[in-house]
Amino acid sequence: MMALFPQPFASADPRRFGPVSRWPAAVKLAAALVLVGGTALVPAGWSAWFVGVGVVLVAVMLAGRIAPGPLLLRLLALSPFIAGVALAAAWHRSGALDWRIMALRSGLCLATVILLASTTPFGELLAVLRRAHVPALLVTTLALMQRYLFVLGDESERMNRARASRTFNRSRWLAWRTAATVVGQLFVRASERAEHVYDAMCARGWR
Amino acid sequence: MHIPDGFLDAKTALVTGGLSAAGLGYALRSVRLELPPRRVPLLGLAAAFLFAAQMVNFPVLGGTSGHLVGGALVAALLGPAAAVVVVSTVLIVQCFLFADGGVMALGANIFNMGLVSTFTGYAIFRLVARVLPGLRGQVAALAFAGWCSTVLASISCAGQLAWSGTVAWRVGLPAMAGVHALIGLGEGAVSALVFLAIVRTRPDLLPERATAGFAPAKVREFVVLGLLTALGVALFVAPFACPWPDGLESIAAKLGFAHREWSPLITSPVADYHVPGLASPGVSTALAGALGVLVVFGLAIGFSQLVVQKPARVPANSR
Repeated sequence: MMALFPQPFASADPRRFGPVSRWPAAVKLAAALVLVGGTALVPAGWSAWFVGVGVVLVAVMLAGRIAPGPLLLRLLALSPFIAGVALAAAWHRSGALDWRIMALRSGLCLATVILLASTTPFGELLAVLRRAHVPALLVTTLALMQRYLFVLGDESERMNRARASRTFNRSRWLAWRTAATVVGQLFVRASERAEHVYDAMCARGWR
Repeated sequence: MHIPDGFLDAKTALVTGGLSAAGLGYALRSVRLELPPRRVPLLGLAAAFLFAAQMVNFPVLGGTSGHLVGGALVAALLGPAAAVVVVSTVLIVQCFLFADGGVMALGANIFNMGLVSTFTGYAIFRLVARVLPGLRGQVAALAFAGWCSTVLASISCAGQLAWSGTVAWRVGLPAMAGVHALIGLGEGAVSALVFLAIVRTRPDLLPERATAGFAPAKVREFVVLGLLTALGVALFVAPFACPWPDGLESIAAKLGFAHREWSPLITSPVADYHVPGLASPGVSTALAGALGVLVVFGLAIGFSQLVVQKPARVPANSR
């Protein structure tokens, strides 16, 4: 209900990363953080900053030969919350805050992160984190999550399809119970898979 | 509830970032010390599970559908420290891989959904399950905890937005808490149903029975995470919620006898400090809130009666 996943996994396909993916990940991550941090926190009057960020983003898009269409679609799909809060802010016009500036900030930051995600494989970002001495447990968890995200996503889709092909004329209440059973089963399978993963990790000399 | 970039000012981003880093760091340390190595991959898998579970649709009215958020559920399944790690991992991946939730707002999002939601979900689940016996009690407790954790996280979110001067408390609180009081009903019901499904198929996966799994939370863990949550709530919510300066000002504005100055709440002058007789709206709001909580508690108990037919026979010693 809270999270929205448009085009799930669109950025996960490694063949889609383009030329910019050859730039070092640490540099891209640092640059993205600077851009996002600056855009989020710079005073509203610094219009030069916003224009500059826009120019940089377009330049990266051109350098990476990234099609603008899908990028814009994702931007739109992710913005209902922005629109909502901007609307609330516009309605209650609180002095210093201009909702247009807020929408601009959010849009630019969003575009930066989407560009980062679509030019940098997640594994490289994890390597940067590991070098930056982020706790190993967190990095391992992130890596495993990213690895099995798609596996479990597919699994849940399969289970849903199987369930849909077997149930007829279900009431809403039954639909909830079966969907909950699917989720529960998904947890059981995830736990079992975790055991296998542990065995596999040990076999490869983990720890 | 994922706050995007550009909605929080520097101080809120810094403070929430610090609180989240402390909470996540503590949770990581605690998990590393207490988790058997065999269970380490389960953290990653549980995070992937949570992400996949969020894509299972639950039909609501008309053509709309909702999905699980899962802070309370994961906390009930894995314990609070592991749940903080798991939900934070999900949020980090959502932020960087799917651009869902801002980078500068990551601290706030981790605080609301990773800390507040999981910790309060766990605490309420434990407390209520201690009072109400058996499987029915656990189901009712989780349904109630799911609702509470959702609403509390949304209130914390509204507090941060108000503290940043983005959305005023008097607009943000009713909007966020109202919507999430409804969403929370679904969240509680789904959490309880999923929990029930797991208890019935693999009771050995739950913490209290786990042979090689997660031990129930240590007291220290409970205290540290609780303190962090309370500190955050004191920072983000208390200035607005208690009937003194800011809260009073907001109530006065709601009733329409504040002069029309829409300054950001946090810097509001203490000019309207002593308007007489304004305690009563605050009290009545609090009463309404308490009544709502009681009603939901009753709903949770009724729900558990509906869902679990045979009381308390299944879980205790059946294995």
